[in-house]
Amino acid sequence: MAHIRVPEGLPGILGPMAISPETTKALRELAEVLLRGPNTLTSAEREMIATYVSSQNDCRFCQLSHGAAAAEHLGGDYELIDRVKSNYASAEISEKLKALLAIAGKVQKGGKHVTPEDVERARKLGATDKEIHDTVLIAAAFCMFNRYVDGLGTWQPADPRAYREMGQRMAHVGYVRPNWEEPVEAA
Amino acid sequence: MAHIHLPEGLPGIRGPLVFSPDTTQPLCDLVEVLLRAPNSLTMAEREMIATYVSAKNDCYYCQTCHGSTAAQHLGGAPADYELIAQMKCNCEAASLSDKMKALLAIAGKVQKGGKHVTAEDVERARSHGATDKEIHDTVLIAAAFCMFNRYVDGLDTWQPHDAEFYREVGKQTAALGYVARDWKQPLQTVSSNRAAPARP
Repeated sequence: MAHIRVPEGLPGILGPMAISPETTKALRELAEVLLRGPNTLTSAEREMIATYVSSQNDCRFCQLSHGAAAAEHLGGDYELIDRVKSNYASAEISEKLKALLAIAGKVQKGGKHVTPEDVERARKLGATDKEIHDTVLIAAAFCMFNRYVDGLGTWQPADPRAYREMGQRMAHVGYVRPNWEEPVEAA
Repeated sequence: MAHIHLPEGLPGIRGPLVFSPDTTQPLCDLVEVLLRAPNSLTMAEREMIATYVSAKNDCYYCQTCHGSTAAQHLGGAPADYELIAQMKCNCEAASLSDKMKALLAIAGKVQKGGKHVTAEDVERARSHGATDKEIHDTVLIAAAFCMFNRYVDGLDTWQPHDAEFYREVGKQTAALGYVARDWKQPLQTVSSNRAAPARP
């Protein structure tokens, strides 16, 4: 049971979002620009960073929903996302993304854990200042979202299919569509 | 030196905010709503929650800016700054309401991680009159500052150690808020002539 009263049947973050429309608007706009705005990092890469940080924070709802979004951006490659969460160093992703995930992992522990060596490694593999900035901010933002979802004790569905549907919406429709909580035809 | 090339001379979060305008707008909208929109928690109380979490995260820039803003909302006297200092080092012993102490305890749990918040923490806050919205907002402010602190420190931004600077930040923030601000503008303070550290 959630720590506060939220509308029935809304999973994870959607429950608290429903009772606080003004903060919800800003949170949705932040997620949209971070994960789907024009960027040299693909949406799949950015959702992978979000998913990795959420798994490090042990937030089930966020890692499964954003993991599904990442997979959907890649045409349904759920196994890759599982490998990124469990051992990204050996996953079939670019060396640059591995270096960015290392930075994200440091941010998850705390901002001061990021070292010049972490950043230099990413740069050597082609990461730009903007990509490093965005990696840090995505990781930081998911340290917020994970705490919001778990800090209020939200209901988190057990059925993996629920997350697949969420992931499809997140990947193909995004975060700022009105009436977010209503069912939508999967793309 | 910051981990990326940020605009010269802008302290703390301001460098990244100017560097990345697309993300700045929702970040500023969020903090404006969280800390200044109409609320049964005062602006001072909400800035205190932000300050407390930032201190727990050992983020010097955030705790000092928001601590000063909280103190300014209370009147800006030395006693107000002293209250903020007491709150940071031992909030249970500070001269705060029981409800505020209970909300700060929740915020401290969120700082460790969302799952650290217990039903007992929440019940304690309720027993002192906290509403669902106040509990929601406490959790979200604490969570948001776990983001802002990581953003500021994760990029290793320049953070001045100048009491007058933070006093001025507090005054300006308390008066002007977080939106429709030109973050490129340096603060005009007595010590603003002091340049940012020379960088290669």
